[in-house]
Amino acid sequence: MSIVTVQLGQCGNQIGFEVFDALFRDSHCPQGLCSKRENEAYQASCKERFFSEEENGVPIARAVLVDMEPKVINQTLSKAAQSGRWKYGQHSCFCQKQGSGNNWAYGYSVHGPRHEESIMNLIQKEVEKCDSLSGFFIIMSMAGGTGSGLGAFVTQNLQDQYSHSLKMNQIIWPYGTGEIIVQNYNSILTLSHLYRSSDALLVHENDAVHKICAKLMNIKQISFSDINQVLAHQLGSVFQPTYSAEGSFHYRRNPLGDLMENLVPHPEFKMLGVRNIPQMSENSLAYSTFTWAGLLKHLRQMLISNAKMEEGIDWQVRPPVSRLPTLGKMSLNKELHFNTSIANLLILRGKDVHSADLGGFKDPALYTSWLEPVNAFNVWKTQRSFNKYEKSAALVTNSQFLVKPLDKIVGKAWNMFASKAYVHQYTKFGIEEEDFLDSFTLLEQVVASYCNL
Amino acid sequence: MEEGVVNEILQGPLRDVFDSKQLITDISGSGNNWAVGHKVFGSRYQEQILEKLRKSAEHCDSLQCFFIIHSMGGGTGSGLGTYLLKVLEDEFPEVYRFVTSIYPSGEDDVITSPYNSILAMKELNEHADCVLPIDNQSLFDIISKIDLMVNSGKLGTTIKPKSLVTSSAGTFKKRQKPFDAMNNIVANLLLNLTSSARFEGSLNMDLNEISMNLVPFPQLHYLVSSLTPLYTLADVNIPPRRLDQMFSDAFSKDHQLIRADPKHSLYLACALMVRGNVQISDLRRNIERLKPSLQFVSWNQEGWKTSLCSVPPVGHSHSLLALANNTCVKPTFMELRERFMRLYKKKAHLHHYLQIEGMEESCFTEAESSLSALIQEYNQLDATKSMPVEDLPRLSIAV
Repeated sequence: MSIVTVQLGQCGNQIGFEVFDALFRDSHCPQGLCSKRENEAYQASCKERFFSEEENGVPIARAVLVDMEPKVINQTLSKAAQSGRWKYGQHSCFCQKQGSGNNWAYGYSVHGPRHEESIMNLIQKEVEKCDSLSGFFIIMSMAGGTGSGLGAFVTQNLQDQYSHSLKMNQIIWPYGTGEIIVQNYNSILTLSHLYRSSDALLVHENDAVHKICAKLMNIKQISFSDINQVLAHQLGSVFQPTYSAEGSFHYRRNPLGDLMENLVPHPEFKMLGVRNIPQMSENSLAYSTFTWAGLLKHLRQMLISNAKMEEGIDWQVRPPVSRLPTLGKMSLNKELHFNTSIANLLILRGKDVHSADLGGFKDPALYTSWLEPVNAFNVWKTQRSFNKYEKSAALVTNSQFLVKPLDKIVGKAWNMFASKAYVHQYTKFGIEEEDFLDSFTLLEQVVASYCNL
Repeated sequence: MEEGVVNEILQGPLRDVFDSKQLITDISGSGNNWAVGHKVFGSRYQEQILEKLRKSAEHCDSLQCFFIIHSMGGGTGSGLGTYLLKVLEDEFPEVYRFVTSIYPSGEDDVITSPYNSILAMKELNEHADCVLPIDNQSLFDIISKIDLMVNSGKLGTTIKPKSLVTSSAGTFKKRQKPFDAMNNIVANLLLNLTSSARFEGSLNMDLNEISMNLVPFPQLHYLVSSLTPLYTLADVNIPPRRLDQMFSDAFSKDHQLIRADPKHSLYLACALMVRGNVQISDLRRNIERLKPSLQFVSWNQEGWKTSLCSVPPVGHSHSLLALANNTCVKPTFMELRERFMRLYKKKAHLHHYLQIEGMEESCFTEAESSLSALIQEYNQLDATKSMPVEDLPRLSIAV
């Protein structure tokens, strides 16, 4: 089954390119650590999910590119075409000249309705190319105007028009110390709208990925393409084909459906995060070896102490001894030490993958009381290695990991809203104070729900 | 409204760049009288101006903003210029109006400049989306600094020829007219402002984003600008310290294009537009480094807008334009009001204005109160400067 990707805004398009590139390069990598037949099946499965075929054999990404100004899309198209390996469809993009001015209201209320038909038509065309549709993967940032506002509008439309297909939104959480001054407003408006219309929100924080680049990849002058490449690696390790059952040679057919089934048991809890281990620069890779035991131990501690990468993990954090129900609302002022999970999915790729011992993740202390660990925890094991890493483990988690960042953004937006600063820029385009208040209410609810796990 | 300057342009090296049909001139000028510029020439030329504007707008696929460049102290730029603002607002309501205004310096030779400036300020308050105030004295100080560097012949410091922010032709040895050099700085300001819209980069910023991010309340739309570096040394290696120095300089009062000291006043918002081979990590490092020494208003503690454009300006490897919405513009306005009051109390030169049809004393008093209201807004913000930042109580949800 295929996934149609919608890339929105500068961020969405820049990341989208890196993702497709990573997926393609990995699937055509000869060192798969598996048999030739397996490798070919892997390639075919990846291709079915993400690429369609053209007459001269160059794969075309199953993607629709949308931006309100032309520079980024032009760059993205030419970068893909230059690689010679794959490209974007010539007519798969929608572009205007104006930009959204970092204004969520402009993206949602002006660009959305104005260009609804053209954008949905493009998506329709891409959907028709698929034999069968697994769902949509929408890449956008929260902080800007197009990705956030228009992204929210498009997601809503997808819910109306394709109510039987799944939608996963890849959201980029902006740097804490600002890329855009009104980013907190744009973020809360985006999150509240997506919470109603999307099926799952896969969140990546710029601050976290930046640290990975600095500490683990040892990059001195970090650029956005470095950050996007790390992101693409993490996403690739989740979305590349995996076996459908223990020891089978058939690859999973419905990636989005399976992800949702395992990770989103309740619509109130939709926020997913990815942790990937190991991550290092290619130079160091040649000299490193790992054991599954070591990798999994680190990953488990990363989960419970809410660490974003394998350096600087707090090993003091331990799961609570007895599963007493939490009384009342957990105070956010004290450090949220232990990260309780609703559901976890572990995706293991590489050598000796079947020998990996997962006992640590099945411990009921890690999870809330309303799901048995056998339902809350799942693992997908695949022999075929990913992106030249002999062993690679990705953890997709639905847990409390995002509570503090979310609370921070809501707090900052609230402070700004109390002084009414910048609000006139939004009311100009039809987003009223009530819309802001609705968003605040919804997100406070989400924060409270996650805190009470 | 007089022909000399326009004719000079038409005969100069850029004559082919300007469409000769898109020019409007008159003979006698406005006599440094805002009322003449605004009321007399305004109504006389309104139709012609509108027609030419429409013609230019038709050539645009998607018109985003108008740049108005004028001085505040004279008659035409100040009077007719602000009349135009109203016309643009009525005719093209969705197009942004960016105004680059040259404010009169402490010593300037036009006696009536305070009148002209205050009358123009009222129009700017009401009809401009964004104003970049600049004053001649600051520009002149910057030039003097550069001259000092160039002529000091310090050991080991040779400046790359094309890299002066004051000269586009690289002929810094020739004695240029001072205004050419000063104007070049303003030209560079506008170039850097639009660079992200014209060239590619990893974090683009369009002109409509400037207004969105830097104007928290409609009336507070005055942005203090600073450009760095002023010159590049011919030393090819650029160690990171040089890059960091560029960021530090942007906040020093010597680099501002108007008499202002943003570091010791309150920031409402700040934008950094970087050009050249600078990456996001450099930008973040410098923001973290400089943040503690700057004061931001309580509801915008991390109010930074950033953009990265890959193409540097000619002659530089990187450059930075900082735009700040900061209460440090207040002294300029207060000084202007003071000079106005000194003249107005004596009713000096008032008859030149009042004899123009449509001008009454109320125009003056309204303009003065408009400015006073603006100053009061800045005062109120300044009063919050030393107050501790508290988090407001949040919505509480029934669980």
